[in-house]
Amino acid sequence: MFAPDRSKYPEVVNGKAIIDLDSGKYLKLWQGPQHPGVTGNMSLELIICGDEVVDCKTHVGYLHRGFEKLMERRKFIQNFPIVCRICVPEPDTNEYLYAAAVEELAGIEIPEQAKWLRTLNMEMSRLTSFLMWIGGHAGAFGLGPIGQWAVTHRDYMLDLFEELSGGRIYHMYIIPGGVRNILPDGFNGRLEDTLQKIEKLLGEIEKVMLNNAVFKMRAVGLGIITHGMIDQYGIVGPIARAAGLKRDVRKDSPYLMYEHLDFDVINGTKSDAYERLLVRYREMFQSIDLIRQIMKHIDGSRDIHTKLPNVLHWKIPAGETYVKAESTRGEYGYFMVTDGSELPRRVYVRGPSYTHAVALLEDLIVNVNMADVAGLMTSLHTYPPEIER
Amino acid sequence: MKEIIQRLKQQFAISNVNQQRGDLTFLTVKQEQAVALITYLRDFEIFTHMVFLTAVDRIEDNQFQLTYMLHNYAIHQDLGIRVMTDREKAEMASIHHLWKQAGTYQRELKEMFGIDFPGSPRVDESFILEGWDNIPPMRRDFDTKKYSEETYFPRPGRESHDPETYMKSKLYPEGDA
Repeated sequence: MFAPDRSKYPEVVNGKAIIDLDSGKYLKLWQGPQHPGVTGNMSLELIICGDEVVDCKTHVGYLHRGFEKLMERRKFIQNFPIVCRICVPEPDTNEYLYAAAVEELAGIEIPEQAKWLRTLNMEMSRLTSFLMWIGGHAGAFGLGPIGQWAVTHRDYMLDLFEELSGGRIYHMYIIPGGVRNILPDGFNGRLEDTLQKIEKLLGEIEKVMLNNAVFKMRAVGLGIITHGMIDQYGIVGPIARAAGLKRDVRKDSPYLMYEHLDFDVINGTKSDAYERLLVRYREMFQSIDLIRQIMKHIDGSRDIHTKLPNVLHWKIPAGETYVKAESTRGEYGYFMVTDGSELPRRVYVRGPSYTHAVALLEDLIVNVNMADVAGLMTSLHTYPPEIER
Repeated sequence: MKEIIQRLKQQFAISNVNQQRGDLTFLTVKQEQAVALITYLRDFEIFTHMVFLTAVDRIEDNQFQLTYMLHNYAIHQDLGIRVMTDREKAEMASIHHLWKQAGTYQRELKEMFGIDFPGSPRVDESFILEGWDNIPPMRRDFDTKKYSEETYFPRPGRESHDPETYMKSKLYPEGDA
């Protein structure tokens, strides 16, 4: 049997490589914080042997704005414009979860139409985030034009968000008690046009990326995550689904109106960077289909907001809860503790990147070729702001 | 979920069981039994997914409340385990041997709340804040405004107003309406 000569690589003891930097055999290299491999800022402290990574430490903190601390000093209604900033490419999950936690602790039920509009907003934001991701993923493998196509189409989606909420990136559309607006006139037609454009784009991406021999040679077999690693590292979302597990918060613990929608959990089996791409690629079609299903339930004449007490003096009874939703990266959650005052006692934001980009990436990256580091990072789809809320 | 709680009650000193929703329950366990309870839940009750670990500063009781959130994929239930620890000597046994990502959570808690987890990997390395020289910033007694006023200086040429009186004078220039 062929056994490669690895005598020049460091000796591994108890799963950790023994590295003596002074020996001159290794190179310490920083990848990031400004790097196309991730959306946002984080950096990897890599130790390279030849062209292979032998050790990695993730460094975060370049984006820390102290949201969790800020929220403790603001009234419940003052926090809703803050939370969306925790995840830039997909802010709506934060908006929904913050509103849902406040509503649960305050005992507020929101109108059905508001729930449909929230579901629409969540799916539109998933699609927008996937478009950003697929552009970055293609870019990390040297397929530059796909990034430009995808970001253009993301911009078409942002146009729709702007119509709906007035904001392109941060929408502040979902507020405690309901949503801010009904859909503008003719929105359905413009949304359908955009969805058709995105479907056409996805067809082109299939030809130039999914069937691209060079891309496949690099992505197939890269960053394989075994079944055993899934729970050991707390892996969720498309990464877990690409390993063959049927785990989707929208199905497992349905929220909003997802139980009234017809969809299946999308799975893969091979659990490498290419399989994760396939799962997310199919989830983009799923999002488009879900948006079309949701649009059949939108009715502009119905109530979209519950009457709240005076929000500037709004006291919420003492309690604690955890609410969660399926973002493009997997289970996203808000843990909120209240103490009966006008301010939340503690808000903790659980972002999937927290485990994917730190504990998982640090172990998965070992023995990966230096040129594939960015591709591996994007295949885990991490958004650093949610690591350092 | 009720059967699981019953089984837990037979083996551990648990209290304050609160079913918040159909799929979410909280309970409190004594600090010395916490790691045994979490290990039991992971290995025997299939709560295999560690969702998060975080802390709440209960400064009025001079305690920290640690919350371990576990999830069972078979019955789709979340279980929040509260552990109270003394605020003055904040220390808790590490669970990094149970889940790989636990070390990251513990490292952040050490930095942000000053809760120590002896033996946890790289727990003393800074996670987000580099060169921090004050009390851990997520503690309730850390005053962000005072810190920034002391650390950073205001740029000259900028006016500042008390928001309440300034808005009043803008909205009602003739006096109180």
